[in-house]
Amino acid sequence: MTAVLAVQGDFLEHEKALDALGEDRFEIRCANDLDRPFDRLILPGGESTVQAKLIKELGLFCKLRDAITAGTPVYATCAGMILLCAEAGGDEGCCFRTIPANVKRNAYGRQLGSFYTESEFKGIGIIPMEFIRAPYIESAADDVEIMSVTDGHITGIRYGNQLAVSFHPELCDDTRLLRYFLDFK
Amino acid sequence: MTNEKQYELNKELAQMLKGGVIMDVTTPEQAKIAEAAGACAVMALERIPADIRAAGGVARMSDPKMIKGIQDAVSIPVMAKCRIGHFAEAQILEAIEIDYIDESEVLSPADDTYHIDKREFRVPFVCGAKNLGEALRRIAEGASMIRTKGEPGTGDVIQAVRHMRATNSEIRRIASMRDDELFNAAKELEVPYELVKYVHDNGKLPVVNFAAGGVATPADAALMMQLGAEGVFVGSGIFKSGNPSKRAQAIVKAVANFNDHKLLSELSEDLGEAMVGINEHEIELLMAERGV
Repeated sequence: MTAVLAVQGDFLEHEKALDALGEDRFEIRCANDLDRPFDRLILPGGESTVQAKLIKELGLFCKLRDAITAGTPVYATCAGMILLCAEAGGDEGCCFRTIPANVKRNAYGRQLGSFYTESEFKGIGIIPMEFIRAPYIESAADDVEIMSVTDGHITGIRYGNQLAVSFHPELCDDTRLLRYFLDFK
Repeated sequence: MTNEKQYELNKELAQMLKGGVIMDVTTPEQAKIAEAAGACAVMALERIPADIRAAGGVARMSDPKMIKGIQDAVSIPVMAKCRIGHFAEAQILEAIEIDYIDESEVLSPADDTYHIDKREFRVPFVCGAKNLGEALRRIAEGASMIRTKGEPGTGDVIQAVRHMRATNSEIRRIASMRDDELFNAAKELEVPYELVKYVHDNGKLPVVNFAAGGVATPADAALMMQLGAEGVFVGSGIFKSGNPSKRAQAIVKAVANFNDHKLLSELSEDLGEAMVGINEHEIELLMAERGV
């Protein structure tokens, strides 16, 4: 059972991708939703400042952070990556801070800086990557595994059972990265 | 990068705004209040619609310097309005790297026949629509996001409700059609066949659809979300109210949990004075009639 954080952003696209693979899932919108057990968690794209605020104010923060630190696999795209990283250059948006890495928000500038490319992802191969007002990783602790580097910037990382990417695999038909994550135990 | 790919990226930015609230702001200070309250984007404009309505006269694109001040103040996307058909204003907004242009009926239309050819731009556009035909015409012109027109600056949600219901009921009608009926539907709606086919096959617009116009309370926002809006614009409703920050936060939470009636009841408590509002039949100028 996969839980999808659904307070803001493109959670429906993640849910459609899960549905296409026949994966059971439910939405987390309020504290009561966390009474249901889940095997893994998805943090979708969207606005990290909005999501971080709602996670805290809707009473989701402690249980989600505890699940992540306890080793529940978590897959985070774009805004989700910011939620997981320890630092965001003084900017708002950090939340769980469970990956020892510095993330730069809106690292490619405004919407005119958004772009599409295809690039290597460790263990998978060349995959499509949609960057929408995306962040990238400026620096990470030595034990954070670098999964993808795009134009010289780190755009994919893995830290234990936490997988975080700058781009939006959920917007593409390519489900390889999601399947890779679903294999996390 | 090709314009086609940029268009995909522009539609995708709108997808990231889903489940969020876009707030009208007139100063960097208001923009910061909106961001802190959980706005997923702000609309930078010199006067909010209620004041545009009160002031009368020609309403134009805002001063780029004022918009840049707001861009510098916040990290969330910044939108700005240009007049319907005024492609030079749009060019100026693109030049300052605005994240989204609203080709808006709230400003005085510059052209009573032609909308902007939005496919010529790399920057994304959101446009208002009262019904499916208008929505698909704007999309054909290159809009990558649609909103209801509502009746801005009134605090009266009736038009937003009417437009959302009209668009969604027409979508359901198209979705239930036989394939061979779609050609005639395209003719009647005065839109390209391919867009009608998309609506038929997917049961939705090819772009994100937000509610806009007259949203003033958490309940208004929840109403629009339950009627099928994918997010909400709040214009005058916030900074024309007694406690903008509290009201803004309540509306953000109401959009995220639009089906949680108990939470909505808590969010609706103690919000202070709502904007006074004008009833639809009391206004002389129906902005929603601009640009069809």
